[in-house]
Amino acid sequence: MQTEKAYRNDAYAKVTGRATYADDISFSGMLHAVPVYADYVAAKDLRIDASEALRSPGCVRVITAADVPGSATFGQIEKDYPMFVSGQVRSWGDVCAIVVAETRVAAKAAAALVKIEATPVKPVLGIDEALKPGAPVVPSYGDSNIVTHHRLRHGDPEPLFAQAELILEEDFETQAIEHSYMEPETAVCVPRSDGVVEVYGSMQHPFSTRRFVAALLGEPLSSVEVYTIAVGGGFGGKDDTAAVVCARAALAAKLTGKPVKLRYDREWSFRESYKRHPYRMHYKVGVSSEGQVLAVKATMYADSGAYLSVTPWVTWRSTAQCFGPYAIDNIHADVYGVATNNIFSGAMRGFGSPQVNFAVEQIMDMAAHKLKIHPLGMRRINMVKQDSVTVTGQKLSGHTVSLEDVMNRVVHEIGYRKKYEKCSFGTADGDELYGIGLAISYRGASLGAEGMDFCSCIINGQYDGSILLETGIHENGQGSETTMTLVLAEELGVDLKRIRYRRSSTSVIPDSGTTVATRGTILGGSSVVIAARQYRKLLSDHLAERLRCKPEEVTFHDDKIWGLNYAYSLTWEEAMKELFLQRITPYAFGTFQAPPVSWDDTNGQGDAYFTYVYSCQAVELSVNKKTGAVTLLNIVAGHDIGKAINKAMVLGQMYGGVTQGVGMALMEDFVREEGKTRCLNFDAYKIPRMTDLPEMTGIIIENHDPSSLTGAKGIGEPALEIIAPAIANAVFNATGVRYTKLPIRVQPEDLA
Amino acid sequence: MNTITINGTHYDVKDDELSLSLLEFLRERNYMTGTKNGCERGLCGSCTVALNDKAVRSCITPMAKAVGSTVVTIEGMERPDGTLHPIQQAFVDCGAIQCGFCTPGMVMSAYALILRNPEPSREDIRKGMKGNLCRCTGYQQIVDAVEQAATVIREQALSPRPGCERDGSA
Repeated sequence: MQTEKAYRNDAYAKVTGRATYADDISFSGMLHAVPVYADYVAAKDLRIDASEALRSPGCVRVITAADVPGSATFGQIEKDYPMFVSGQVRSWGDVCAIVVAETRVAAKAAAALVKIEATPVKPVLGIDEALKPGAPVVPSYGDSNIVTHHRLRHGDPEPLFAQAELILEEDFETQAIEHSYMEPETAVCVPRSDGVVEVYGSMQHPFSTRRFVAALLGEPLSSVEVYTIAVGGGFGGKDDTAAVVCARAALAAKLTGKPVKLRYDREWSFRESYKRHPYRMHYKVGVSSEGQVLAVKATMYADSGAYLSVTPWVTWRSTAQCFGPYAIDNIHADVYGVATNNIFSGAMRGFGSPQVNFAVEQIMDMAAHKLKIHPLGMRRINMVKQDSVTVTGQKLSGHTVSLEDVMNRVVHEIGYRKKYEKCSFGTADGDELYGIGLAISYRGASLGAEGMDFCSCIINGQYDGSILLETGIHENGQGSETTMTLVLAEELGVDLKRIRYRRSSTSVIPDSGTTVATRGTILGGSSVVIAARQYRKLLSDHLAERLRCKPEEVTFHDDKIWGLNYAYSLTWEEAMKELFLQRITPYAFGTFQAPPVSWDDTNGQGDAYFTYVYSCQAVELSVNKKTGAVTLLNIVAGHDIGKAINKAMVLGQMYGGVTQGVGMALMEDFVREEGKTRCLNFDAYKIPRMTDLPEMTGIIIENHDPSSLTGAKGIGEPALEIIAPAIANAVFNATGVRYTKLPIRVQPEDLA
Repeated sequence: MNTITINGTHYDVKDDELSLSLLEFLRERNYMTGTKNGCERGLCGSCTVALNDKAVRSCITPMAKAVGSTVVTIEGMERPDGTLHPIQQAFVDCGAIQCGFCTPGMVMSAYALILRNPEPSREDIRKGMKGNLCRCTGYQQIVDAVEQAATVIREQALSPRPGCERDGSA
């Protein structure tokens, strides 16, 4: 049981039910909107007849693409995602209208009366079909279903296969996964008298949301103000679709002149929102008799579904991290994004690395097993160490490359060595086969060469000594507001109760990018440090005289501001009064720019990320011979995150990430049938429950990272990206059977 | 007129409200929005409330069946002076809260669990609350919190009853 008390700025609000999520907001005269789907997977000549719906009691308006003043399609990279579909239907999740009515019940009743007709066309239902010559071209842009292709060329693997003792050629397959945030998408939008539309939405990226809303409305960004409210989880999943839900509600508000709420049923959320990319991966790996990986050729296909979303970025990370945390001198990789008529794929926690790691970390165990080398030794020989050169040609220097230490800590904690010897490998006296397995990774922190990476912070001191803090990082539940508050309290040496984290809006804080890519703590925390430095300088310059010292001698701690040798001090109340009398605004604005990265698209070489998080996770499990049921017995997760700013929340991220990975490994499968799905709620789509998890241990390893001004890196995504291969390895060590397709479903006949 | 007692207050239930779910009655008619709507099919547990001291999913509890009963929601757990219920306090102290959307339902499930089993093992907690889904926490710190709350209630001989049944004094 935990002894140290956890801290969160929003804990009281959330534990009392006071925290306000989008659906908890109501306005006087508010109308309700619901979506109308085109019940086709692929079709053309879409025709919408709303006349009967409009006659339905309480129906106010039916909005279609024809009513859009701006652009009905938008996207983060390619503007191909229809906020209102017109003409051509490309997926079962496409929305062709929203019905706005006086009540939600009336809106639903009217929506059932909207008549939709279209001419079905042959859908493209999977990667194989999409790649066939003559296959229908799905995207609205370009002339191919291959929508992105990243190449990595590092050395020359081909001649080295001849020298290898062992050549493995393996195929792996991962599934589509639904984010399953507990709060479905919801937006409440209010038309303001000055022409601005206010947006209160369940979304994880206010600035991305604002771009979608502004595009649909045909308005400048300054005419849309997206507010931060409590969000019930995101995990990468509350970007495009959640933004579009906000945009549709904003358009309804604009057209009706009234506040509009658009709340999604779980079924709509599952049907329409993007999923984790399913991957198909082929690896050819040549290994020496000592276990050195000599040569790798990798080919991957990611199912992008009907729209591009962030497929080029997801597959880029798969390219940059295409062979796990191993320094391979001769490796070529080709990673393709492929368009199909499936519900589209987009960002999800892990972002192209969980799929790759599922393959690579099994390959390491497969090779070790075949060469009769210990799995730990196999990893030790090949893993990145200080000053290693990665597969992208990046020299890992300037931070502590702690992968071996991280693995050792986890191995020691779980007792891997002794337990590995006890694994059943298919043979046991009783019904339960025992196995232990592990996996390791490095993960490039933040966006890397994927995008522009900077973040801002405002410190707005008040004349009574209280302090308002805001940053461009968004609170999705992970505890970012608390982290930023803790960083500022440390930087200014003040009590936590002096600081109030101000929930910003897009019209106040500058666009600081999206809260993705495990970048909240590293970017946001560093921006707080930059602003705090400026704030301390401002205060030092104007308080030094009162403190009878030079500005550079002023220090900040114990909730006071001090002169040289503690001879004089000011309380924050006194200090702020002094600034007021000097007519000085106690205000600081700071921006942190991520260190430089580089990338050459032609060969996939460059300094992909400015730093890396090093991770190892291990699992013990048993497999029942008669039923095939997998029971998890113990999980240990170890991560070098630089520095833990909020220990309880770091552990919470580890446990939560591991649990989502357990779902990916053993349970979750967003099955499509002819482009449609029956996975519309938590009955057909099962996520881990309390009883599916063993007790877990999190190990925080801290090597302060020089590229982060707080020393902290991040934990959101590293926590999720390796438990699936660890489980696959443990299942093999229990059963002697390899499962290369997710989710792992052990059939009793496999064990015969 | 049908009535229902929610957090110690009597509510009249109009005839047209009998066809609503308890969740709709709470959220849509009476603006008690602490109870969350996650799936509307009784599958996620976000809408859990205590009805006659038992945990129920308010989204699939018809008002026609709920009338006449005594309901405690998350809003009724703290005391009138704002002091948290020991279960709530344990959720805060153990870091059991992330996005918070499942939290009210988790607290109410834990409340019903501790009422019927004042000394639950960690396995009892997992089994007793497996109907409540959480996507953020991996449940570990939630189990910690419920275990700690039960211990505090026992060791300090506190009443597990909700704050709405008590006055503001300690």
